[in-house]
Amino acid sequence: MVIFSLFCVFPLIWVLIAATNTSVDIVSGVLVPGKNIVANFQTLSEHYDVFGASWNTIKYSAVCTVAAIVVCSIAGYGFEIYHDKVKDKLFGLLMLTMMIPFVATMLPLYQSYAKLGLLNSTLGFILPQVSTVFLIMLFRQNSRTFPKDIIEAARIDGETELGIFFKMFMPTMKATYAAGATIMFMNAWNNYMWARLIMSDNSAQTLPMMISNMTTGHYIDYGMLMLAVLISTLPTLIVFFALQKSFVQGMTGAVKG
Amino acid sequence: MKLTMRKRENLVGWAFLTPAVVLIVIMNFVPIAQAMLMAFQSGRTGNMTFTGISNFTRIVRDSRCMDALKVTLEYVVVTVPLILALALILAVLLNDPKLKLKGVYRTCIFVPAAVSMVASAVIFRSLFAADGFVNSILVNVGILQTGYNFLGHPSSARIILMMVRVWKMLGYQMIFYLAALQGIDSTIYEAAKIDGATGLQQFFKITIPMLKPTMVFTVVMSVNAAIQVYDESVNLTNGGPGNATMPIAHYIYRLAFNGVPNFGYACALSMVVLVVVGAMAIIQMKVGDRRE
Repeated sequence: MVIFSLFCVFPLIWVLIAATNTSVDIVSGVLVPGKNIVANFQTLSEHYDVFGASWNTIKYSAVCTVAAIVVCSIAGYGFEIYHDKVKDKLFGLLMLTMMIPFVATMLPLYQSYAKLGLLNSTLGFILPQVSTVFLIMLFRQNSRTFPKDIIEAARIDGETELGIFFKMFMPTMKATYAAGATIMFMNAWNNYMWARLIMSDNSAQTLPMMISNMTTGHYIDYGMLMLAVLISTLPTLIVFFALQKSFVQGMTGAVKG
Repeated sequence: MKLTMRKRENLVGWAFLTPAVVLIVIMNFVPIAQAMLMAFQSGRTGNMTFTGISNFTRIVRDSRCMDALKVTLEYVVVTVPLILALALILAVLLNDPKLKLKGVYRTCIFVPAAVSMVASAVIFRSLFAADGFVNSILVNVGILQTGYNFLGHPSSARIILMMVRVWKMLGYQMIFYLAALQGIDSTIYEAAKIDGATGLQQFFKITIPMLKPTMVFTVVMSVNAAIQVYDESVNLTNGGPGNATMPIAHYIYRLAFNGVPNFGYACALSMVVLVVVGAMAIIQMKVGDRRE
């Protein structure tokens, strides 16, 4: 247990330390934080559009996450609370899409996007990612624990369906929302394949793309590289730590259902 | 109103589903249909000519394609069971009520999942570079005379590629199993203990059968993800040395965008991948259901 934990954590600690050292120091195996972090950052921002890439990544991930949890939560709710045979069959059909490897859809999507002018755009980035069966399933499974009699009571009281959803479902299912948001945010933030495919403009690139570009050179400044890795990893780590408990709760609910 | 209350509710229910379902159809089923059409054509976007099944026959003759398939196969066959076994064992260990510092371990093991694939590949690339950390340790301790070019040799490069995935996905799967384990009633274990079952017997006769559905699910997802490996191979070795670490997704991307772009051929190849993934999923689900 201890060994594995160390194995998992060590590379990240190394990144933290490396980001503060010069490339020469890193190469010789220094394991102590150095004082080079500011210089590394200067080199980084000189050669690469850190702020642009960061802002793009934030923008795309935030929009994607919000859109995804809205669309998928109402879908999960719909599938579970209003379930009938037809809907269950439909859901089974949708699950087939989980088998479809992205490589199979990415090329035609690229072509259609080019025709529709959706390349290099936020909308283009988020569309394929917003509605995933995984997220719908998360909300659907967790909705099973939602007491249906409360819904009946609310209907008798004259509450609209949407009203029930907003006033009763959403507040109760905070853990699920947290789990869903975490997963979606991480997926959107770290997405590389799709981003690289549709973002050809340098001004539209994301952090993963920027880091990838850094590795194609003769001389690799490890300090600068690790600092970039650190910058791009920090947000997802923060999101994860903040929502950790809810995340585990949400996943547990999904698996039990 | 012609609609009864029930009918009206049902309509609303469908309304809830619509955005998500429509999006999935447009983003998944439509492109697949388009890809199937393109698989029988050749050339660049906007300039495609119908070529029948020549793309498919070409696949069999293409040695680089065969290499890519081999790389992918090896990758899947090694990483999926490895992660499954490790995640399961770790989850069981973590589920032990007597263990202290549970939260710490859990966090540590899960943290790599938050890192992007690109970053993970870059980190491992730096660690295992010829002048990287691992080499400097090995040299200092005296195991090696000079640094070993991990990423320059096909076999070690492939191993490191697999290592990246294991490092990253271990925590993710472990959480799944942990959640599932917590759904198992502890009284079953107690009863087994009274009957004299050892820890190992409990593991194999109780834990594993009860986790079967979860295992099937994670294996299907795992295989699916492993077949599509792309980010790591691009950023760790860019497919090298030679083509030793080029998995199929990477190869397809190259076919479509680098060199002489041939969307048709790339689509044909991705159709093959689709069929393989679909077949494997069906097999796995049948195997998973067999003993119920």
